[in-house]
Amino acid sequence: MSGKPQAAPGTLDLSGRQYAHVDYDEKERLLEEVKQDLRFDEYLYGCYECGICVAACPSARFYDFSPRKIAQTMAREDADLFYVFLNDSVWDCSQCFSCDVCPRKNSPGGIITLMREVAVKNGLASAAEALEGYGRVVYKIMSTGTQVSPDMLQANAFPDWGPHVKDIAENLDVWRRAIPPETMHTTETSWQVDSKTITELYLIWHMTGVMDMIKEVDEGLFMILQDVMEEKLEDEGYDLSFD
Amino acid sequence: MIPHSALFNKAKDRKFVADPAQAPTEDYHDIVDQLEREGEWEVHRVPEPYMEEKNKYGRVKKIPVETTWHHKSCGQCGHIPGYSTAVFWINRKLGLDYNDPTDQTSCTAWNYYASATSNAAAQAAVAMRNFAAAEETGYYPIIHCATSFGHYKETRQQLIHSPELRRQVKAIMAKLGKKLVMPEEVVHYSEWVHVMRDRIAEHQVVDMSGLRATIHPACHYHKLIGEDAVYAPEVYGAQRSAIITSLLRTLGLDVRDYSTWFDCCGFGFRHILVSRDFSRSFAVQRKIEVMKEEADPDVLITHDTGCVTTLDQSQFAAKAHDRNVGLPVMSDSQLAALAMGAHPYKVLQLHWHSTNHRPLLEKLGIDHEKAWAEFEESAEEIRSGKKEYLTWEECDV
Repeated sequence: MSGKPQAAPGTLDLSGRQYAHVDYDEKERLLEEVKQDLRFDEYLYGCYECGICVAACPSARFYDFSPRKIAQTMAREDADLFYVFLNDSVWDCSQCFSCDVCPRKNSPGGIITLMREVAVKNGLASAAEALEGYGRVVYKIMSTGTQVSPDMLQANAFPDWGPHVKDIAENLDVWRRAIPPETMHTTETSWQVDSKTITELYLIWHMTGVMDMIKEVDEGLFMILQDVMEEKLEDEGYDLSFD
Repeated sequence: MIPHSALFNKAKDRKFVADPAQAPTEDYHDIVDQLEREGEWEVHRVPEPYMEEKNKYGRVKKIPVETTWHHKSCGQCGHIPGYSTAVFWINRKLGLDYNDPTDQTSCTAWNYYASATSNAAAQAAVAMRNFAAAEETGYYPIIHCATSFGHYKETRQQLIHSPELRRQVKAIMAKLGKKLVMPEEVVHYSEWVHVMRDRIAEHQVVDMSGLRATIHPACHYHKLIGEDAVYAPEVYGAQRSAIITSLLRTLGLDVRDYSTWFDCCGFGFRHILVSRDFSRSFAVQRKIEVMKEEADPDVLITHDTGCVTTLDQSQFAAKAHDRNVGLPVMSDSQLAALAMGAHPYKVLQLHWHSTNHRPLLEKLGIDHEKAWAEFEESAEEIRSGKKEYLTWEECDV
C-alpha cells in the first residue's frame, strides 16, 4: 500500500492503483481493441495539448473530466491510464462533440464512443454500473424501434420536470389522440412503426452482433429481448442462424 | 514583425469569404457520386424543386422544397409532439406534398451515444434501411432530429471511407431485400425551414416585431461533421450556422446574442435520463441564466429534440433554488407555425412543455385561455367518444 493519499471524493484517481490487480496484458488488449476500430484513425491524429477541447466541454465543467487527457493517453498508448479512463471517466462524457473543435482534427468524443463500446462488448463491471437504470430505454429502442415513448412520462420518473408530467400521464390516451398527425396517436411508441419494419430492425441487431453486446453487459435484458425477437422472427419465418 | 496594415485591420471590418477551393476537407458530394459510378450504391437525388444554400466552406447544398419523407424524432414525437406537428402543419399550410412514414425506425443514436450498446455496422445498417425505405416511396428524406442528422452524416463519412463497412452493410441490406441507397444530401428540417422562411413570412399573421429571442444551435447540427451545415454571410458573417437566426429575423424578431452560445445544452444523452443533476445544472447555469442576464429574451428558440427537452424541462427544479429561470423554449418550427397562425395547443401542443409560455402568448396578443378552452373541448369530444381523433381539418389546414 502506497503512502500517497487517495484521490479526494469527486476527483479522478489517475494513479492507477485501483486497477493494479488487473493484468497489464488485459489493459493492452482492450486498448488495442479500441485502436482496431475502423473509425479510430479518423478520431486521433495527435495532440497539441492546447486544451481547446476542455474549454468547450460541458462535462469538464461539472466532473473531473478531461477530453484532452483521454486523447493524449490514447496517443501515448498508456494502457494503465487508458484503463482508468475506460472505467472511471468515459461515462461522464456528454457526447455533444463540442471537442470536435480541436485544431488538430481529433475527436475525443469519438474516441470515447469507441472506448464505451469496448467496455460494453467486454462486459466491464463499470459499464454495467453506468447503465444501471438504463436497461428500460435499451429495451424500448431495440424492441420497438423508437426510444422515448409517451408512456414513459410518469410523475415518479420525472418529478423534476414539473407538474405537467402528471397531467400528461393522466390524460395520455386522449392527449395523444388530440395530436393531428395520424402516426402519433400511439402511447407505447413515439410513432406508429410497421410490423415489417420492426422485423428488419431485429434482423439488423442479430446480424451485427449487438445482441452479443447486450448479453455481455446485461444478461437479464438480453434474455427478455431474445424472447421478444425470437418469437417475432420465427413467426415471420426467419432462421435465427445468421451465418 | 507585425505588418503595419494589421494595426488598422479591425476584427469587425474583416470579412470571411468561404471558398470551396480552400476547404480543408474533401467534398463528400464527389465521393458519394464516385461510389455510385463504381456501383457501390445508388444515390437518391434531391428532387426538384430544390433551393441551393452554402455549407460552412462555401460548397453548395441542395435543400428540397417538397416531396419530402419525414424521418421523425423519438423525443419530439414522444415528449414534444407539437414540434413535429408544426413541421407537418407548415407543409400543409403551404400546400406542399410530404410523406409521414410508418416504415421508419429511430436512428437509434440517442441510445448509442448514451449506452454504446451498438456498433458502427448496426448503426450504419439502421441508417441505410431508413434511407432505402424513403427511396422506395419516391419521397426524399428530411431529418427532424439534429442527432439523427449528425449521426447520419457520421455514418456517411464512415461508409465513404470503409469498403469493409460498405460490404457488411450491403450484405445486410440484401438480406432485408433492400438496395444500398445514399441520399445526395443529408438534410435537416431546420435547413428546410431556413429556405422556406420567405414563404413562411408571406403567411405571417402574428406580429412578432419587438419580440426578443435567443437561439441555441444544436451541437449535433453544427459540430458533428461540422462542415455540412448551412451558413450565410448575412448571419454573423458566416461564422455561425445560419438556421434559426435567419428565420427569426425574417419574422421580425430581435435576435440577441449571448456569450455561451457555443455551449452544449447539457442533454448528455445518458445524463438526461439517468444523471439529470448534470443536465439541469448545465442548462440553467451555462445557458438559461446567461441568456437572461445578457440578453433578456422573451423566448428561446432551438432546433433539436434534446435541446428543447433539456432547456425547457430543466427550469422547473431550478425555481426551487431561486435561480434566474422562466424562459419559454420552443423549436423554430413551432415559432414559424405560431407566426402563421397555428393553434398554440392543437398544433404547437404547448401543454407538453414545462416552462410557462402564457406571458409570451399574451405579448403576442394571443388569448391562451380561449385557445386552451378550444383544445379542452376537442379533448372532451375524444374522451366522450364523440370523435376518435383531432383532425388536420380542425387545425385550419
